[in-house]
Amino acid sequence: MTPHGPGPATALTADAVGHVFGQAAGAAGVRALDRVSLELDTGEFFSVIGPSGCGKSTLLDIVAGLLAPTEGRVSFEGRAVAGEVPEGIGIVFQEDASFPWLTVWDNVAFGLRRQGMEAMEVARRVDYAVGFMGLGGFARHYPAQLSGGMRQRVCIARTLVLQPRLILLDEPFGALDQQTRLLMGEELLRLWRETHATVMLITHSLDEAAMLSDRVGVMSARPGRFISTLATGWGRDRDSEVIKDRRFGELTAEMWGYLRAESMRALKSPA
Amino acid sequence: MTSLPRRFIGPIRVAVVIAMIGAVEILCRTGVIDPFTMIAPSAMVVALVRILETGHIGPDAAFTLTNTLAAIAVSVVLGFVLGAIVHGLPRLRRVITPLLAAYYAVPTFVFYPVLIVLFGLNRLPLIAIGAALGVVGMMVSTLDGLDRVPRVLLKTATAYRMTPFSVALRIKLPAAAPQLFTGVKLAVTYSIIGTLAGEFILSVAGLGRRLAIAYNDLDNPTMYGLLLLVLTTVVVLNAIVFHCERRVYRRWQRT
Repeated sequence: MTPHGPGPATALTADAVGHVFGQAAGAAGVRALDRVSLELDTGEFFSVIGPSGCGKSTLLDIVAGLLAPTEGRVSFEGRAVAGEVPEGIGIVFQEDASFPWLTVWDNVAFGLRRQGMEAMEVARRVDYAVGFMGLGGFARHYPAQLSGGMRQRVCIARTLVLQPRLILLDEPFGALDQQTRLLMGEELLRLWRETHATVMLITHSLDEAAMLSDRVGVMSARPGRFISTLATGWGRDRDSEVIKDRRFGELTAEMWGYLRAESMRALKSPA
Repeated sequence: MTSLPRRFIGPIRVAVVIAMIGAVEILCRTGVIDPFTMIAPSAMVVALVRILETGHIGPDAAFTLTNTLAAIAVSVVLGFVLGAIVHGLPRLRRVITPLLAAYYAVPTFVFYPVLIVLFGLNRLPLIAIGAALGVVGMMVSTLDGLDRVPRVLLKTATAYRMTPFSVALRIKLPAAAPQLFTGVKLAVTYSIIGTLAGEFILSVAGLGRRLAIAYNDLDNPTMYGLLLLVLTTVVVLNAIVFHCERRVYRRWQRT
């Protein structure tokens, strides 16, 4: 089943995208992703949830242009994604991707400097992004001097500063504790509202998906495909308070309804 | 056991070294160690001062220092370049990995006479033997450093659409810096050993040659004075490397 039909303002289209690892070596390979189709409306917040090993991250890598799919096509803003990460896409990874040899400020400035942007403009944008992510007092610190949550903020600021129109997040808060996750989620919503970017979030947290998203795509166990897509119906001005809403409980229950059997299947299948 | 406060550790270390030198001094002065075996540390300092005062050692010291620095430079640059190339060629790497691992099991030094035949009796075989000893340490460290560059940083580089050259310079080089410094330290140590030992065996000049002459003449004051000079030089060279290392990544080293 595909998430709902094509709109006039489609940010991203994945058309029957599939991926098999290790096929080139002559072996049958491992199918990580079944043929997955997906359309993201411009400005929407879409989450992908699924059992571990279901190919969520593979899907993100393909959508980002980091990995060429063995089947199907991806296009971003109507142009085919092939061979490289298109301009306008920003990625936040699960692992700490901050550069330990650069200060927070220089980490955030890295991408802009690579574009050859003028120093004044770099400073203006970096100061804004650093302030926005609450890193103002830590601009001269090195990542090693920060907590895991703070380092992930650095990575988000580094992505945000490039003003991406599509932000891809691969379980960005996976390594953080539950309370920090809720707060980081709120910041992500704030960022999404201010930038008007389209967001695709990969997560294994039911709560995170239910709280943050406009729509949630639920994936099956490997090889991954969408088994359902849920619309949350939240307003744009939502925050972590929605977890008190009755609808929140209904959403997580519905997701779990789909995921329980799939997660059992993932548990029993060989790694 | 309760741990020592950090501020005591440095002074205690210095005190231990001084105590050991003091003990040797006492053993020499009381005749437990006879002067034909070893002269007292204080006498070594006096001998060194005499050697330096005459100024005769200048050309030999310069000869050894330039050879050592040249050997270090060759080891570091060649080791880094070879390491980077091999890292990029996984098949070649599979072939030569066991050879690299066995390299220091081979007494490379036996090739010194061959090098003299090749280059002649001048400074070149000395630089070559020093570099031959140091280069593989640097190469292995470079490979290790490049192996440890986190994948997520390379993914990030792809997301920034960086060119391979730019990735090497701005991502891989700094990410591998800790291991590269280990390689430089190895190269420094091995190069010093190589050049000095080469001079000791056969050479037209150098501190190693002076040491050998003093040793054959049973001239203990000169020999120990020179020994002290060599040790001091080595300590200074290592201190420079350590200082650079600390300056470069003291703050961003992960704990």
